[in-house]
Formats: sequence, C-alpha cells, structure tokens
Amino acid sequence: MIDFGFQINQGRTINLDIDRAPFKQLEKTVGSFKRCIRCGTCTATCSAAQFTDFNIRKIHTKFSAGMYEELAENIKPCMLCGKCTLVCPRGINLRSLIINIRKILKENNL
Amino acid sequence: MPQYFNPFIIPFCIGVVLLFVFCFIKWFKWFRQFNRLQRAVLRKNILSWKFIPAIWEIIMEVLFHRKVFKHKLVLGYMHASIALGWFLLIVVGAIEATTAIEGRHPLWVPIFFRYFGKELPQFKGEMFFTHLMDLLLCFVLSGIGIAMIKRIYTRVVGMKKVTKHVIFDKFVMISLWLIFPLRLIAESVTANRYHNGGFLTETLGEVISFVFPKVSSDTFWYFETTWWLFYSLALGIFFTSMPFSRYMHIFTEPFLIFLRKLGLQEDTTPTGFTKFELSACSRCGICIDNCPLHKELKLPDVQSVYLLREMRYKRLKAEVANNCLMCDRCVAECPVGLELTRIRRQMRYKDELDTQGNYQYVESVQPFNAIGRVAYYSGCMSHLTPGIINAMKNIFEVAGQKYWHIDADKTICCGRPLLQQGFEQQAKELRRKNTALIRESNANLLVTSCPICYQSFKKEYKLNIPVIHHTEYIEKCIKNKKISITKQDLKVAYHDPCELGRGCGVYKAPRNVLKNAVKLISVSNEKEKSFCCGFNLGNTALECDAQKKIRDAALQNLLKKKPDLIATACPMCKKAFMQATDFQVKDVAELINDNIVKFDETI
Repeated sequence: MIDFGFQINQGRTINLDIDRAPFKQLEKTVGSFKRCIRCGTCTATCSAAQFTDFNIRKIHTKFSAGMYEELAENIKPCMLCGKCTLVCPRGINLRSLIINIRKILKENNL
Repeated sequence: MPQYFNPFIIPFCIGVVLLFVFCFIKWFKWFRQFNRLQRAVLRKNILSWKFIPAIWEIIMEVLFHRKVFKHKLVLGYMHASIALGWFLLIVVGAIEATTAIEGRHPLWVPIFFRYFGKELPQFKGEMFFTHLMDLLLCFVLSGIGIAMIKRIYTRVVGMKKVTKHVIFDKFVMISLWLIFPLRLIAESVTANRYHNGGFLTETLGEVISFVFPKVSSDTFWYFETTWWLFYSLALGIFFTSMPFSRYMHIFTEPFLIFLRKLGLQEDTTPTGFTKFELSACSRCGICIDNCPLHKELKLPDVQSVYLLREMRYKRLKAEVANNCLMCDRCVAECPVGLELTRIRRQMRYKDELDTQGNYQYVESVQPFNAIGRVAYYSGCMSHLTPGIINAMKNIFEVAGQKYWHIDADKTICCGRPLLQQGFEQQAKELRRKNTALIRESNANLLVTSCPICYQSFKKEYKLNIPVIHHTEYIEKCIKNKKISITKQDLKVAYHDPCELGRGCGVYKAPRNVLKNAVKLISVSNEKEKSFCCGFNLGNTALECDAQKKIRDAALQNLLKKKPDLIATACPMCKKAFMQATDFQVKDVAELINDNIVKFDETI
C-alpha cells in the first residue's frame, strides 16, 4: 500500500451521553468557571504543583467533560492559597471552584 | 383584699416569673455546653482578681453604653436613655417605696407605686422623688421617641441602614415601646385624682380630665384600673417574650463580659460560649453599615447580625456563612465586642470533607540549619509580587543580617486560607510541617512579608521564636541604625491591610517606617476603619466583578487626598490595586529599598 503519510483511525466510542448533573450543579454555584480558556496560568503558578502533579487545568477540563475517575483523589493536594484566583486572566473564582468540585464529587459519590 | 393587691398586677407578675424561669433554663443549658478547656479556664479564673475589671466593664457597657456612645452619639443616647433610664426608674422607685412604706411590702409595689402609694401619708422627700421619677420617665420616653423615628428615618441616629427584624422581634419591640407611654397615662390618671404626680404626670392628668370630663367617682375605679392593667399587660408581654427575642441581650451581655474577662474565647466548633455570644447580639445593625458587602454590593442578609440571628434560630444557610470577606470590619465596630468572624468560621467548619494525608507531599521539604539567621517567610502571595521579596532580600543584606528564605522555591502555605474556609484539620497538617521546619532550623526570628501568614504564625502557631511582619523588622533596623534611609519628596497614602491592621493591630510600624522615607498623608478611613481591598482570602462566594467593586471603593478612598503613590504592606492588597490602575502602588519594603543608603565602602 502506498504510504500517504496518514492513516485511518481505529473505530472508537466517545460517550456524549455523560451525566451532566454535577456540571449543572457547579454552574449554579460557580458560574464564572465557564469563562475558562484553558490557558493554564493557574496551573503554572500553583504552589501544590511544585510538589506533585496536581493540575487544576486538567481537573477542570476533566470535570467539565464528565470524566470523574480519580478526580476526588487528584483534587486533594490543593492548599487553597489563592494564587490561581489572583492570576486568572478570566476572573474565575478558582478557590470556590475547587471547594465546590470537592463537595459535588462527595455528594454524588464520584 | 390585702392592702397592696389589685388584680391588674397579675400579668406583670406572671411575666417576671416566666422571664426568670426561661432565663435560668437558658443559662443552665449554655453553661452545660462549655467544653473542657473553657471549664478549666473558668475554674482557674473565677476567684482571681480578674472579676474586678469585669465588673467595671459591665457597669461601663451595660449601664452607660460607652462603646455605643463612641460609635454614634445619638444612638448612644437612645440606648442609654432606655436602658439606664429604666434601670434608674426601678432603683429610684424601690428606694421611694422603701422610704414611703414602713415595714415589708410586696415586690411589685415600686413598679406600681403611684397606684399603691396614692393614699399613703406624707413622707420625707416625697416631692423630690415624685419629680425625679417624672424626670426619669421623661428621659426614657425621649429614647423611645428616637427609637420610633429611627424605624422610619434611620439617619436620626446616624445610621444608613438598620436591621430588618423578624416579625416576632417587631412584636416584642412594640410591647417595649408601649410600656412607658402606658405608664405615663396610668400615672397621670391617678395623679389627677389623688394629686400625687410630678410636673409631667400632673400636667398630663389635667389634659386627660379635660378630654374625659365625665368620669364620675363611681366609674373612676374602672377607668384607672384599666390603664394600670394595660401598663401591666405590656410589661407582662415584654417580659414573657424577651428570652426568645433580640432583647435577651439585656440578660446575656453582663454574663458575656464577665466570661470574656475571665479569659473565655470562641473555639473551633460552637460551644456554650457561642450561645452566650449569639444571645448577646442586640441586632443593632451597626455591622451592616460598615460591611463592604452592603456598602458596595448591597448584598442583603449576609452581614454578621443576620448570621447570628439565623444561627440562633437554627436556620442558617451555607450561603450566608460563606459570603463574607472576613475583613473584621464588623468586629472592630461591634458595640458588644462579639467575635463575629470566629463564629462565622465555626459555621464553615467542614468535618465531612476532612481527609487525612492530603499533604503528604510537603514532607519532601528538607529542614535547613539556620542558627543565628533570621527566617524569612515570604508567603504564597509574595511570589506573585517578586518585587517585595527582592526588596526584603536587599534590606537584609544592607542590614548585614544573614537570612534563610524558607519558601524560596517550594512554598508550603501557612494554612490560614484553609482555616478560613473551615478546613481545620487540613490547616493543622500544614501548620505541623511549617512548625517542624522552623523549629529544626534553629533560626532566631521569623519575618513574614504576607499579613495573612503573619496572623497565622502569630495566632495559630506555637513557635518558640518571635514572629514579626517585615514592616516591624524594618522599623527595628531603622531604630538600631542598621540601615539608613534618604527622604524623598513624595506624598504617600498608606492602605491598612485587614489582616495586619485589624487582625494583628499593627498600625504604627508601617507608618513609622514610611515617615522616614516619604511624606505620609492621612486618609479618611484608616487604621481600624480601613476598607478591605476586596480580595481577602476569607471569601470564596464573591465573583471577580463583585470583588473589583469593593476594591474600587477602597482605591477611591485612598486617592481622595491625591497622593503621588499608594503604599501598602500586603502583597494581596498590592496586587489587587495594581490590577485596577496605572497608579503606582508599592509595598513598604519596596519603598524603603528604593531609598536605602548603601554603604558598600564602609562595610
């Protein structure tokens, strides 16, 4: 076969019917989180990220996409110091976001 | 019928009995809820000299309302006229009754003395007592008058906003308002017939007899008794409902002052002491006017007065507890001196989210041998304002002081942000690590750049070395002539950070330092009245736009006197103001570093 430099992907399933309830719940309490442009400033400045692979951007993205595996464990290292909130160019209340994600995950047993 | 009895006293007597029964039940319950530490403190101090200042404070606050007077003169007069006036009415009335009646008399006689004493023979000083009692009644009525006007036009007492009361409170308030006018009418009616009234009651009696000229001798008994019954009913209703309304503060505040003077404090979770504080709140609403959330955002129902009320009636919502900057502005103004932010923190206490081992990673920070050095903790926020860190490093070097920068590359938070959100257990974990680091380093002094960390190290940590803020350190250096500074011709307005000023009472050090380097101008709301920059870590409920509004108000206040530069002593405040304007905002350390004289040659 001639190599054209690309290939056809293997078939895979993307679940678009994820449970949106936790997402809606977060929307109610921290409306500003939808403004996120995934720039990663928060993660770059994070104190906890200096020690661990704690990554707010990843957690935020995963939560928004409904991928809750290990999220409850991953979010634990945050020290709530607030550097991320202060540097966020979109004015997202990240401390509230973290607290509320923790709370929602807990409430939904995720 | 016995000599000093008339059925109209029954409502009053029932009211008094119920009042004391309810109060004793409440006090007993609260005392039972003290925790072990509080009981130990109480046992230790109850027989010490500490109760002498407590009694003095009780007299000054409960009778003379010193703090309310300090706050607003008219408000102080209003409160003192009702409380002190009523107290004197009871005391003078009791003295009058004892002088007039030989032998024993029932306890209710002084309260209804104009009725029961109308046919008594002349006694020494009768005129004096009669007129004095009238004068006191006049005093109380003036206060009631102001209180009534205050409900419609709040500015009369210098307040912009007063508390929105629950219906029950309004009902009790009206019964209180009615007591004294009814007493006046009842006394006047009696005075007109028996001529035992003073200047006020006698005159009003004439007016009443003019309005109701047809009251004959037969019906007069009914006419008179009806008014006295109304007076007694108002008293009875007020006394019975008092323990369940905001007026419970009358019988709680003296105890609270006493307990506080004995050394009792709020704990991490609500205790019996919290119950005392909740009931001691008179819901005056002074905290509302000063709350930045009300002033700039007009947020209703989140201020301390509402927090305490909802807590007391056990219907507190998490939104109310969370929506607060924890700037301590209300604590500084509260005339009862309640620990409002501590109580709010108790309500944020998160037990169910407590998980051990979140912060195992902090163990990777290795201790440093810093004997003879100063430990410098710049804090998380200062890492966003590296100018402050560089300035401090330079000052250390010029002062010839060896230092150890604890969080140079890996920052462990001091734990206060977690603590303020109620994560007590997690905060403890961070505190443990930081304490171990500092203790093992054997440093002799801890200097912090961030007021949040400063308050945390000072109040929550148990360190064996002194903790000072960098402004205090610079002040010391200047005093000991370790550094010298040239004076610049700049007009500087200083912003008091909440955590440094109201939190730790450091007002002088930054000002003394600034006076050495620049021309310090005073701003209208400073020291304990200073505005919060809006970015305080105590709040997670406010969105960025709301925070900005609060910040802008603080900034406007600083810019009023047209300074050349704004100085502050908190990286958070600095960052907040810098985002808002192109105006120059500098930390005290940076300003000093700009003007420091370097003696490279001399050393």
